[in-house]
Amino acid sequence: MTARAIWKGVIKAGSAELPVKLYSAVTERTIHFRLLHEKDKAPVRQKMINPETGEEVAYEAAKKAYPVGRGRLVLLDDEELESLEPKESRDIEISRFVDPADIDHRWYERPYYLGPDGNTPAYFALAEALENKKKEAVAHWVMRKKRYIGSLVAEGGYLTLITLRNAEEVIDADALEPPAGRPLEKREIAMAEQLVDALTDHFEPSRYRDEYRARVMELIETRARGGKVQLKVFRPKTTKEDKLASALEASLAGVGKKKRAASGR
Amino acid sequence: MADEEQEQPGGLRSFWTGTITFGLVSVPVALYPATRGSAGPGLKMVDPEGTPLARRYVCSETGEELDYEDLVRGYEIEKGKFVVVSDEELEAIEPRKSREIDLQTFVPLEEIEPIYFERAYFLTPAGGSNKAYRLLANVMEKSGRAGIATFVMRAKEYLVAILAENGILRAETLRFQDEVRKPSDVGLPKKTKAKPADVKRFEQLIEKHSGKVNFREFLDEDAERLEKLVAKKQKSHVDIVKSGVQAEEDADGGEVVDLLEVLSRSLGGTTRKPARKAAPRKRSAVRKK
Repeated sequence: MTARAIWKGVIKAGSAELPVKLYSAVTERTIHFRLLHEKDKAPVRQKMINPETGEEVAYEAAKKAYPVGRGRLVLLDDEELESLEPKESRDIEISRFVDPADIDHRWYERPYYLGPDGNTPAYFALAEALENKKKEAVAHWVMRKKRYIGSLVAEGGYLTLITLRNAEEVIDADALEPPAGRPLEKREIAMAEQLVDALTDHFEPSRYRDEYRARVMELIETRARGGKVQLKVFRPKTTKEDKLASALEASLAGVGKKKRAASGR
Repeated sequence: MADEEQEQPGGLRSFWTGTITFGLVSVPVALYPATRGSAGPGLKMVDPEGTPLARRYVCSETGEELDYEDLVRGYEIEKGKFVVVSDEELEAIEPRKSREIDLQTFVPLEEIEPIYFERAYFLTPAGGSNKAYRLLANVMEKSGRAGIATFVMRAKEYLVAILAENGILRAETLRFQDEVRKPSDVGLPKKTKAKPADVKRFEQLIEKHSGKVNFREFLDEDAERLEKLVAKKQKSHVDIVKSGVQAEEDADGGEVVDLLEVLSRSLGGTTRKPARKAAPRKRSAVRKK
């Protein structure tokens, strides 16, 4: 299977240039619902109205404005907004190479694969060099009239470009204090460590399936045939502080049993 | 969705409350987004005279204006034919333990490839003692491991990696494997051996241009340019309108909720920096280093 490239660009780092093609690295699988009018089950659309008169205003007749506080707005016309659009460019400008740990997952937005567009050996050389040096690159580019910032990451010998969120969108975790309380007991820490160790394995993404998605599709089919479904409620539960140690002990015992059973003893 | 969210002082609700379990230990938690919408208030639609417009749902058949109560959700099984599904039904088919994030497996965090990560949330202790929370955070952070589980929130199942940083638990939603493509799926060429000289050249380039991340580079330049234009027009008193009615979309913006402050309170403390009032969506993640 071959996907179509959604964009072409040129990685520019110092004096080096590398032409690449961009492919989406994800496939959307979410089930999408439409809003319907309950009475006649017809799909709804949205319209804009002037709340003072109740009259509809067509999209073409509407203007855009920027709120500046106290109910005041600055009107902006199309030419002004167009003047703000970034200049079209094919450049994926690398500003610097950084340690992967410096940009944590909270910044990640959407991943793309990069494929070579001509110079295949150089493409794999850059991927190898990034892996050898354990670095990723901060990249800037303009795509579809929007500025992007991203991380150029080598993964399994291929280049990926992950768009990153803007600084305004990511909450400053440094400003948060962790929950405080009496010091933890050494014995409990030791038991919790053992428990985590006993449950540690490799990351196997194939083990996890979106079962709820499958159930929703089943529900839709049931409803399509006119069937009904049952309803229920939920209550949360807490391990009491004085029960923490005994819960850990019992968990460890349970894990031990499972391991013995698995090894056939 | 009829979620049992916690009402927080300040009005911001947690997305979800439930229980993390590992072994037989239960840790009640509330979940908050670790990211927020883009910078600035964004553009509003107005009529040519500058009156902010409101949005209304309209039936595509009869053209009548609809309230939210008149709406249901439908899935299009064939063109123009919908199956109606209610919130109650979607909730009813949630797994029995849908309020539990059951950490049955822990993995070294670095084993999870970057393309799996979707969105980050903070987890805060919810109700009763925070001891089990602190214990789990302590042990996971020291070992560099993430707990993997699936759970259902707002009518969607999530694969999630629970990890700890600076004593605070985070839930990072991951894409399911069938949502992630492999290089061969998009038709990338088979790996070929790179020329050592080329690799060397790139390695030298990397060394030459390596440095610390400058988070100033991450500021939203598009938003900044828009703000500048607006400020310029405001100074010269051009195209400014004052409207008596606030657009309905403004209603929730009337009281700006500072996510950072809500989180701090939910973690049981205060922010290290003085709490910012109104318009807090400013460059907050940019570290002044």
